[in-house]
Amino acid sequence: MDDVKTPSSEERKSALSGLGTSRKRVEDARFTQGKGNYVDDIKLKGMLFGDFVRSPVAHAKIKKIDTSAALALPGVHAVLTAADLEPLGLHWMPTLAGDKQMVLADGKVLFQGQEVAFVVGDDRYAVADGVALVEVEYDELSVVTDPFKAEMENAPILREDIADQKEGAHGPRRHPNHIFTWESGDKEGTNKVLDEAEVVADEMVYYHRTHPCPLETCGCVASMDKVNGKLTVWGTFQAPHAVRTVASLISSIPEHNIRIISPDIGGGFGNKVGVYPGYVCAIVASIVTGVPIKWVEDRMDNLMATAFARDYWMHGKISATKDGKITGLWCHTTADHGAFDACADPTKFPAGFMNICTGSYDIPVAYLAVDGVYTNKAPGGVAYRCSFRVTEASYFIERMIEVLALKLGMDSAELRSKNFIKKEQFPYTSALGWEYDSGDYHKAWDKALEAVNYKKLREDQAKQLELFKSGKSRKLMGIGLSHFTEIVGAGPVKNCDILGLGMFDACEIRIHPTGSAIARLGTISQGQGHATTFAQILASEIGIPASDITLEEGDTDTAPYGLGTYGSRSTPVAGAATAMAGRKIRAKAQMIAAYLLEVHDDDLEWDVDRFVVKGAPEKFKTMKEIAFASYNQAIPGVEPGLEAVSYYDPPNMTYPNGAYICVMEIDVDTGVSEIKKVYALDDCGTRINPMIIEGQVHGGLTEALAISMGQEIAYDEQGNVMTGTLMDFFVPTAWETPNYETDFTETPSPHHPIGAKGVGESPNVGGVSAFSNAVHDAFKPFGLTQAHMPHDHWRVWKIAKDLGLHN
Amino acid sequence: MIPSAFSFYKPDNLQKAINLIADFGDEGRVIAGGHSLIPVMKQRLTDIKHLIDLSAINELKGIKIKGSSISIGAMTTQVELITNAELFKVAPVIREASLQIADPQVRNLGTIGGNVANGDPANDMPGLMQLLDATYTINGKNGVREIKAREFYEGAYFTAREDDEILVSISFNSPIGGYAYEKQKRKIGDYATAAAGVILSVDNGVCSSASIALTNLSDTPIYCSDAVSMLIGKQIDDSLLSEVTKSCVEQSDPVADQRGPVEFKKYVAGIVVNKALNRAFDRS
Amino acid sequence: MEKINVSMKVNGKNENLSVEPRTLLVHALREHLEYTGAHIGCSSSHCGACTVDMNGKSVKSCTIFAPQAEGADILTVEGIGTPDKLHVIQEMFKEHHGLQCGYCTPGMIMRSYRFLQENPNPTEEEVRFGISGNLCRCTGYQNIVKSIMAAADKLREESNIEKKEIA
Repeated sequence: MDDVKTPSSEERKSALSGLGTSRKRVEDARFTQGKGNYVDDIKLKGMLFGDFVRSPVAHAKIKKIDTSAALALPGVHAVLTAADLEPLGLHWMPTLAGDKQMVLADGKVLFQGQEVAFVVGDDRYAVADGVALVEVEYDELSVVTDPFKAEMENAPILREDIADQKEGAHGPRRHPNHIFTWESGDKEGTNKVLDEAEVVADEMVYYHRTHPCPLETCGCVASMDKVNGKLTVWGTFQAPHAVRTVASLISSIPEHNIRIISPDIGGGFGNKVGVYPGYVCAIVASIVTGVPIKWVEDRMDNLMATAFARDYWMHGKISATKDGKITGLWCHTTADHGAFDACADPTKFPAGFMNICTGSYDIPVAYLAVDGVYTNKAPGGVAYRCSFRVTEASYFIERMIEVLALKLGMDSAELRSKNFIKKEQFPYTSALGWEYDSGDYHKAWDKALEAVNYKKLREDQAKQLELFKSGKSRKLMGIGLSHFTEIVGAGPVKNCDILGLGMFDACEIRIHPTGSAIARLGTISQGQGHATTFAQILASEIGIPASDITLEEGDTDTAPYGLGTYGSRSTPVAGAATAMAGRKIRAKAQMIAAYLLEVHDDDLEWDVDRFVVKGAPEKFKTMKEIAFASYNQAIPGVEPGLEAVSYYDPPNMTYPNGAYICVMEIDVDTGVSEIKKVYALDDCGTRINPMIIEGQVHGGLTEALAISMGQEIAYDEQGNVMTGTLMDFFVPTAWETPNYETDFTETPSPHHPIGAKGVGESPNVGGVSAFSNAVHDAFKPFGLTQAHMPHDHWRVWKIAKDLGLHN
Repeated sequence: MIPSAFSFYKPDNLQKAINLIADFGDEGRVIAGGHSLIPVMKQRLTDIKHLIDLSAINELKGIKIKGSSISIGAMTTQVELITNAELFKVAPVIREASLQIADPQVRNLGTIGGNVANGDPANDMPGLMQLLDATYTINGKNGVREIKAREFYEGAYFTAREDDEILVSISFNSPIGGYAYEKQKRKIGDYATAAAGVILSVDNGVCSSASIALTNLSDTPIYCSDAVSMLIGKQIDDSLLSEVTKSCVEQSDPVADQRGPVEFKKYVAGIVVNKALNRAFDRS
Repeated sequence: MEKINVSMKVNGKNENLSVEPRTLLVHALREHLEYTGAHIGCSSSHCGACTVDMNGKSVKSCTIFAPQAEGADILTVEGIGTPDKLHVIQEMFKEHHGLQCGYCTPGMIMRSYRFLQENPNPTEEEVRFGISGNLCRCTGYQNIVKSIMAAADKLREESNIEKKEIA
């Protein structure tokens, strides 16, 4: 036996596939074989289908709904209208933002695509025929799609239900179409600085309306079992526990009799955070019919009605000294929330974390005001691959920096560098009140500039400009710079809740007798690979190989309560809970090991996967041995078994950051742009799985590319959605998507148990600014200061035209 | 996105198909690849009671080349147009244009007949057929007739084909000279913001024959006859090409949509025409 | 509703269905035959999540009526490998992180499966053009392209070995 060498710590560490390894994903076996279990794959005995009659117009009184022809159709079982839901008190439902929303049109419709009636039938085909036969008479009203016009004196009143309410969920309302005013920072101080400043740049920055558009649309299967009184709902829920609580509150079904299951989810990106009328109608229909009901929206429904994102008009003023030291920032945002305020933000933050808009810069004084406004557009306002309103904030400051640099006649890379929060200033409290936990912005910035050879890029750009000016080329080169600071991991219960539910998260671990384990979390993966990465966190904490740990999420009957996955909160919050639960396991394991080794607890030290007696390395107990002992030894003062649960309330948010650079070539005649280079440096703190991080960055950059270069939800003046299919709603194919270069620095979060900050949303936050700034930069020599996104062909062409670049 | 109900027929010869369509009148519709028709049916923008699938009719298939004369069956798919080596030899512009249509899966089922007969101004093949001066053979209960592609299109979705007629084949002569099909679009799978095809033959710098056509720049495809007259017999130089381009743009009459306003589309029309002219000239 | 008999071969097995003529092939596969690998992402033939192989060609099963597929030979993602022996493309998607949420994956794999037979030795650009009928919202395509290029290499190696063995 002597020749069997005990593996070294390093060898044993590597066998765990813990933190820092590019572990292959455990999810992929089922997905590559077509064995994923998405909501539309669920088939239950006796299941019926439901779908909506939707409003073809954006604003109208409903004079009459005639369901008789639909009901007469064989295969149609029921048609629900607001009148049917009213006795149950379910014709309206609360939104996540303190407003209420019609489940089915109650006397009027407020946006195109609004749910008017719910038809239930044998299958999709019968239901579609039924939908076509429901006759609705509309009496059309004037439409307002422009948030600035919505607050005019003669504007049509949208929400007659609350027209007279002077007080909303977030303070006073000054107009029937006004929702709230939210302020942050020092108004007087900022105004004073601006008044006295040497240089002030003043600009309106619009971040247009778009949509998360996950490849799988939203849907659910609701099954009310009348025998045992239990409601089970499978659905595309990014926050299954919150859905359970909301469902209980609005349906009066006791919460223990509701089971919410999020099966595999085909991408979320914020689209699947909200509670939609489809869920409520499917539940009611199941209660009414006594059989399971499936509702799955189609792509047009999805783009028209569930969860838009952005639509922020951000008016900014930024002041600086002549030599480029920023002295103050002012922002007034007009936020177009559509017909109902259904934004998915923590309660105290009706404009999300828009007050992270001081970005990566040390700005002494700032002021932000946001006005929320109703228009005849779909409700939503979700965080599309970002933390709450953080891409808006980041885009705003990164545009303002560029505009200021223009005004100063300064290179914007230098302006950024001059104003970054310095490493030694962390933890840093921003003028708008956030405590940035950590970062080394200068290091990242310098690394990025060097990696792309910034000086050489500017020389190439100058050469290209010469070619253009001399008539030898019709192309311009743009260099888009972006530095961003995300604020993710919502969040501390003291200031973050949704509908009163504190935004902690949880992990529960059970170690089996043979030394393998199961962990359950309050989050739910939608492609992020939680089953892979959370097992890695745990492997490093408890010394059990990641491959021996099963991860489960999404079933509210088994998983501990958590607030779900969005806003890059899984790693910062549930990841922390996982580490903390692991540490509880280890603490108990230490007691068991001490008993087994007949030493005092304090005489043991942890070594990768075992407790070793200090100074006697041959005396140890592995986690596997300890696990077995926990089930078969009667240890005085220690309960049998090895389980732990941690509910983690994060002490602070985390602040992932990064430096992105994009090089673009733009044809001024066609408006076509070609991406020549994208460099993305991310600092997400401790890196759990580099392969997955890289994949997240690629994906987020591609969504950023789409948003900045063409993706929008556009309305005409009558409130018709002009981008209702994937022909007009831009989702790039592999052909339009470039290759990306990724890089990193690693500044661990000081308050997170493993130092991780989250990464999934950073590339969207940083990417949009990089792409948009590249477009602006190309036209900078001709005097362009601001052009609104999306920078699709015709809008880019229009920039060139307005600058006189066409013959 | 579920169509209304219909009955389905799959005749195995042309005469049966003609009889069916004659019986059903405007309640019947033929389906080729279905990639224009099915999306419209799914949105219930059209009410079809009887659907006649042409895919089992051998008479509608195949590419026949005899010397310079080319005949293509209506049910020939875009992928067949792309991969047919003989066709590429005699009419390479067809491959160039077809590769710019839709995406690989759609090209596997999308047919030349469906694309030209539908009358959708956004489709590329009708413009290409203007360019090639193709002739459509159409068959119905009143017999066979031929219509020039340049006389076929009357308005968006309105063509010279009667409801009870079936487009059987497309014929044209092998084009002589350089060629190009230039299309600007927002992404793969999109229709043209503006597209232009050019065929040009040149002797000693003088244009001996030419053809120019535009796609999605009006409610029908456009054959640019004025521009062609300007070219023929003239020494080709940059200034002539820009005059010709101008003439083409004048003939265009696009509508605003999400691709951009009219002014932009007309400008891009000039760009794609000019590019196509230059590339065809380089290849001549 | 009038029904019609449709027979087709799916993953090597003869299937007979009685369906309404308007039944879409993707619904016939998913709901009547319970092959739920092909997904519905857009229902308008833009996203390719429903891609299957029909008579040796990649097609979008959301834009085909079931009776149009009468007599067809259909292959879905469930038919190209087994849990014990995955197809090389499935292996390479796992190896190179060519998927995240997995919703586009069956369509993407089926398109790759056919594409690599059309072009066994593609350039990266050809791969990108070859899969341009399939949308992915998660990966940014970079690792999908990498997976397909790696699968192409492996498949060529395998076919060279087979050729040598035959020789």
